[in-house]
Amino acid sequence: MTASSDAIRKVDLHAFVDGQLDAERRRAVAAYLDANPEAARRVAAYRRQKAALRAMLDPVLAETLPRTLRPPRRARWRVHAAWAAAAAILLVVGVALGWQIRGAGPGGMPQGAAVAEQAAIAHTVFTSQRRHPVEVKADEEAHLVGWLSKVLGAPLRAPRLAGLGYHLVGGRLLSSTDGPAAQFMYEDANKNRLTLYVVNHAKWRGKAEFQFAKDRGVSVFYWIEGSLGYALTGQIARPELLSVANAVYKQLER
Amino acid sequence: MPDIRHLIVDQIPHLRRYARALVGDRAQADDLVQDCLERAWSRMHLWQVGTNIRAWLFTILHNLHLNAARKERNRPGHVPLGAGVAEPPVRPTQEDGLAVRSMWQAFSSLPEPQRAALLLITVEEMSYEEAAAVLGIPMGTLMSRIHRGRERLRRLMDAAGDEGSEQGT
Repeated sequence: MTASSDAIRKVDLHAFVDGQLDAERRRAVAAYLDANPEAARRVAAYRRQKAALRAMLDPVLAETLPRTLRPPRRARWRVHAAWAAAAAILLVVGVALGWQIRGAGPGGMPQGAAVAEQAAIAHTVFTSQRRHPVEVKADEEAHLVGWLSKVLGAPLRAPRLAGLGYHLVGGRLLSSTDGPAAQFMYEDANKNRLTLYVVNHAKWRGKAEFQFAKDRGVSVFYWIEGSLGYALTGQIARPELLSVANAVYKQLER
Repeated sequence: MPDIRHLIVDQIPHLRRYARALVGDRAQADDLVQDCLERAWSRMHLWQVGTNIRAWLFTILHNLHLNAARKERNRPGHVPLGAGVAEPPVRPTQEDGLAVRSMWQAFSSLPEPQRAALLLITVEEMSYEEAAAVLGIPMGTLMSRIHRGRERLRRLMDAAGDEGSEQGT
């Protein structure tokens, strides 16, 4: 032990205090400290400094965050120029279709249309991503569903659509004008992708009522159930999308 | 894929703690964190999945702080920022005790580079590699700042006679 003790340098004393030594080196420094009261005093002083700083600063961690530091609701739309472009295109599409840009009134319809519009935008943006279409993949489905349920404040489920040829790819959290939204993505054997978009709006007391919107290959069935707005979006024929929408609706019926 | 938004949100309290200790003033520190987060939200597509998001965020914060301090210094008639960080980051309680408060006073008197290094290592518990990357300095420089900071603190506390009773010297 004396051989290694000779090689103990001041850097080792700091690394000892900071827990940045491997076990062997740690033992060597501990032995060195036993034999060197001066070094031991220094290490003790460093430890007191650390404890005092932590005692002084740790309460900051427990403080409630000021509003200015909470994450922006619409951050996603600022991220990618490409996404912004896709959003802009769909906004034009939406306006052309007469969709409302935001839930314009207290009635169910305009809000539903806003859900459909945002779902369509998100569908176009994310189904075209080859490498990162989803944030959390289907192999972590329980985590995905639990996480999105927590963020949206409502128990969500990812419907099983295997009977219709679609398997879950995964999902992601989105921000919408109504707060957080969830997107589940499905894919069939031909790589056709469907997305189910869900948003929770505490003020809504809607009833399920399928509405349909379509333009340039993007079809959306949307409905409101309780406080949740759903939109199923795909680039497939309307009857086929409707059968999927029916399956989704039946599985999610409470 | 990990959810980057959540990874960032998880770091906000830590960024606040570091900024508070570095800048001293609560509002100024939160402004710094806000600038840092705005930059992070707008650049999160640049972050490489699997790399260290904490180091990325702290680097942004640190660079913003340096830029702000530089601007401040160049302003005519300015009062140096780091000079009076003696204001405790949180309201001291009775339990904090004299030792903690006098340690904070002593710490506040250290040059800012030493304070930054000590905060990242002892409070944020970063590895030496991570802290050196955040501060943009070589490891040797980091270790020397840590050493000088700790030794100076130790001498200040010795002089204050705070150590004697515990250590029996």
